[in-house]
Amino acid sequence: MDTRLTLDDVTALMRSATGDEKHEESSTSTLDALWVLYDRILRIDPADPGAEDRDRFILSKGHGPIALYAILAAKGFFPASWLDAFLQRGGHLGSHPDRTQVPGVEASTGSLGHGLPIAAGVALALRAKGLTEPRVFVLCGDAELNEGSNWEAILLAPDQRLGNITLLVVDNHSSEPDMSQWRKRLGGFGWDVHVVDGHDHDALETAFRFRHDERPTAVVADIPAGEW
Amino acid sequence: MREMRAAFGATTADLVENDDRVAVVLAEISTDYFADALRRHPARVVNIGIMEQAMVGVAAGFAMEGFHPIAHSLSPFMAERPYEQLKVDFGYQGLGGTFVGVGGSYDYAAEGATHHAPADASLMLAIPGMEVLVPGHGDEVDRLLRATYANGHPTYLRASVATNADAFDVAPGRIEIVRRGAGATLLAFGPMLDRILAASEGFDVTVAYATSLEPFDHSGLRAIAGAEPRVVVVEPFYQGTSAPVVAETFRGVPASLAFIGVPRAFIHGYGTPADLDADVGLDVGGLRQRMSNVL
Repeated sequence: MDTRLTLDDVTALMRSATGDEKHEESSTSTLDALWVLYDRILRIDPADPGAEDRDRFILSKGHGPIALYAILAAKGFFPASWLDAFLQRGGHLGSHPDRTQVPGVEASTGSLGHGLPIAAGVALALRAKGLTEPRVFVLCGDAELNEGSNWEAILLAPDQRLGNITLLVVDNHSSEPDMSQWRKRLGGFGWDVHVVDGHDHDALETAFRFRHDERPTAVVADIPAGEW
Repeated sequence: MREMRAAFGATTADLVENDDRVAVVLAEISTDYFADALRRHPARVVNIGIMEQAMVGVAAGFAMEGFHPIAHSLSPFMAERPYEQLKVDFGYQGLGGTFVGVGGSYDYAAEGATHHAPADASLMLAIPGMEVLVPGHGDEVDRLLRATYANGHPTYLRASVATNADAFDVAPGRIEIVRRGAGATLLAFGPMLDRILAASEGFDVTVAYATSLEPFDHSGLRAIAGAEPRVVVVEPFYQGTSAPVVAETFRGVPASLAFIGVPRAFIHGYGTPADLDADVGLDVGGLRQRMSNVL
């Protein structure tokens, strides 16, 4: 993995992109967790983004993707110059990621509530292929978890004993219905829940490294209300 | 005569057995047909429970990993409830998969309109790249499913309880000529064939048979209809579902087109499918009357 670029470089890349004013908070609140994933956890190779034994990451909360785009560029999945054409005609980087356009993007998302069921399918497919090492990470926002389709997958993953899936909830307290008590909500469905400071890189790394054989893991990256 | 639902179960189970890239995702419906497959191949044949949105999302996950997923439920819960998942997870993402709806327009007549789906075909046609297959016999389900399950396209297969007596050697995008006449062309989709053959007895018309809306045999229909096309389409879904497809066949050519199908209204009555056919004018007598009106 290319680790030459730092998180400061990534934030500079984010600034280089034009626009995304609409989703600035959505982008920034995911930055630390995404950086820890891509810099310390995910086994991926930009030279071979479709490798069978890679880890998979799905940005289910497709809005505010500039942090993901900047990290993918920093890691060498595509040229940093692509960021200059963010949201522009002729560019590859839209306000929601498109797997047919962007190397390293596993799923095209934007409509909320799609990524987690897809991730469950990927996790089942990996098991069907006999691939026991690859992990599937999927990022959902706290408000995205209002969508009922997520709760189908939250029920499904423990029932199917999908220990290879990790749900990352970036909780920036944007949900109108109260979504706190994550341990009670997700734990009640059978998930192993870890709530950590969403800006604490070491705590995020420790939580991401948890993996059970037959129990899915949820990592809640808490971003205090008012912070990004 | 094999029922379409049983044929789907048997063919899919055979595909699971002989192609290790086939994955089946069920949502409690028709699990009896897959008892052996669920036991023999639990990693690739999964009954996830009553969660149709997740069923399609999970199928997309299988497709992203190189499998040929087959998902199935009753038509309203296959085509309508998880519509956005079909559009985004498969259509937009460019993934292949097969979605088998059973129940057709009002096959489960006594269940009420929550279990009717006469809009399924038109909804599926609205997703760019979605193939829409309309078999009229169990053996045709087998042929169409085997022909398409691994072709990399999303495909909706509309199985129905209503069936024709005999099967044709069908292929996606091919129209068969069943009866030749000198007058207009009657084009029957899927399970409407036997009824329109009976209803058109004594009429000097050509009867043609189609089992797919997309792909569609445009050149075949143009050849059958001749230089001055007069075509009456008899379709088992909402009347006019096939109109955009058939209109494209005759782009730039003066043609007389008429469509006979399910009226666009919710059905609040009960009974058997045959009872509802009579109520909406799709039994033999009703078809004969409606056909006479437009010819």
